[in-house]
Amino acid sequence: MNIYLKLIWAYLKIGIFGFGGGYAMLSLVEHSVVDPGWITETMFTDIVAISQMTPGPIGINSATYIGYVAPAHVNPSLHSPLWGILGSVLATLAVVLPSFFLVIYSSHFIRRHQESGAIKGIFAGLRPVVVGLIASAAILLMNNANFNPNGINWQLWSNIAICAVAFCLVYFKFPFRGKRISLHPILVICLAGLTGFLIYGL
Amino acid sequence: MPTKSHVPNPIDSGKQSDSRTTSRGEVVQLFISFFKIGLFTFGGGWAMISIIEREIVDKFHWIERNDFLDLLAVAQSLPGILAVNIATAVGDKLHGMKGSAVATLGCILPSFLIILCIAIFLTPDMIKNNHVLASIFMGIRPAVVALIIAPVITSAKSAKLGLKTIWIPLVVALMISSSQLFGINLGFGSNPILFIILGGFGGWAFWKFSVRALKNSQNK
Repeated sequence: MNIYLKLIWAYLKIGIFGFGGGYAMLSLVEHSVVDPGWITETMFTDIVAISQMTPGPIGINSATYIGYVAPAHVNPSLHSPLWGILGSVLATLAVVLPSFFLVIYSSHFIRRHQESGAIKGIFAGLRPVVVGLIASAAILLMNNANFNPNGINWQLWSNIAICAVAFCLVYFKFPFRGKRISLHPILVICLAGLTGFLIYGL
Repeated sequence: MPTKSHVPNPIDSGKQSDSRTTSRGEVVQLFISFFKIGLFTFGGGWAMISIIEREIVDKFHWIERNDFLDLLAVAQSLPGILAVNIATAVGDKLHGMKGSAVATLGCILPSFLIILCIAIFLTPDMIKNNHVLASIFMGIRPAVVALIIAPVITSAKSAKLGLKTIWIPLVVALMISSSQLFGINLGFGSNPILFIILGGFGGWAFWKFSVRALKNSQNK
């Protein structure tokens, strides 16, 4: 079968069966692209490393990158950026489209019944759970990879300080030109990146 | 669809009176918002929540915070990439099919373009072994954690958690992160889907129970 059809099929499956998003999907991605020999284990590790240093969901990043490199890796006659771009467009669309239609279909179903007491009750029960889900996402990210990647004590404390200051900036409101505002999360991310460069990069 | 990527400038607020122009302007603004969200989301769907809240809930008042929590529940309970599911659900809530296409495209386009540029022009080693980039991301990662802690508090407030309901998020958070906090592997007991099912069922049962209690009191 054509490598492009195989890519589409593999990423459709990842899009349909990849629950939990992000790193939970990674092992599924690894099996689907490394086992058939589209890319090597080393290339996959590289892709994960790049995903951590670029914005966007890791599922999209990996689909775009693997879609680009896989055709040339499997068939050297496809060694041209255009064939690579075709692969990355197809793989990215394939991983997005199943959940795209699932989300739209479910949203319409819910909207049609949004006045029913049952649906209202279900969502009233879900809201506290979602608060817990967000909290668990925060707890799970409080790990060494994010706070102490090099195992150096002072870096752990400076990273905790960055986290604490970032929280205060984004959560509390400060007086600014007669108004009380909290900082935009995007600005906080930029400041944190600048701080990281000043502390660890110089 | 690719034409949507070449969007003109943000909406002209002087045209607010024409409802069709306003709607088109809102769709354009939706694309810009989600393009920004996609560009600054590091670390997956949960990391984008505070940026979405700021753009969609606080700045443009397009969605109520509680409705946003409901969309998060839908996005999390369906398969696929969480960040993309959230974008699709928010876009659909605002402008239907058109809105979901625009929001989803806006959300994935930044990472698609950046990864494509890296794949075409750079080698993995240039990214991996780049000292400056590594230092920038060492600063960004702890800040991303802070960006996820903030919506825990804002959403707890808007969900009006009281003494009777505060145990639910506590139990959910402790069980899902049990492997990290206590080193215990609960298997399916720490799967988010389990708690979505339990929460939905619990809410439905509570509704059923209160309807029956109401009927009983009326019959007496």
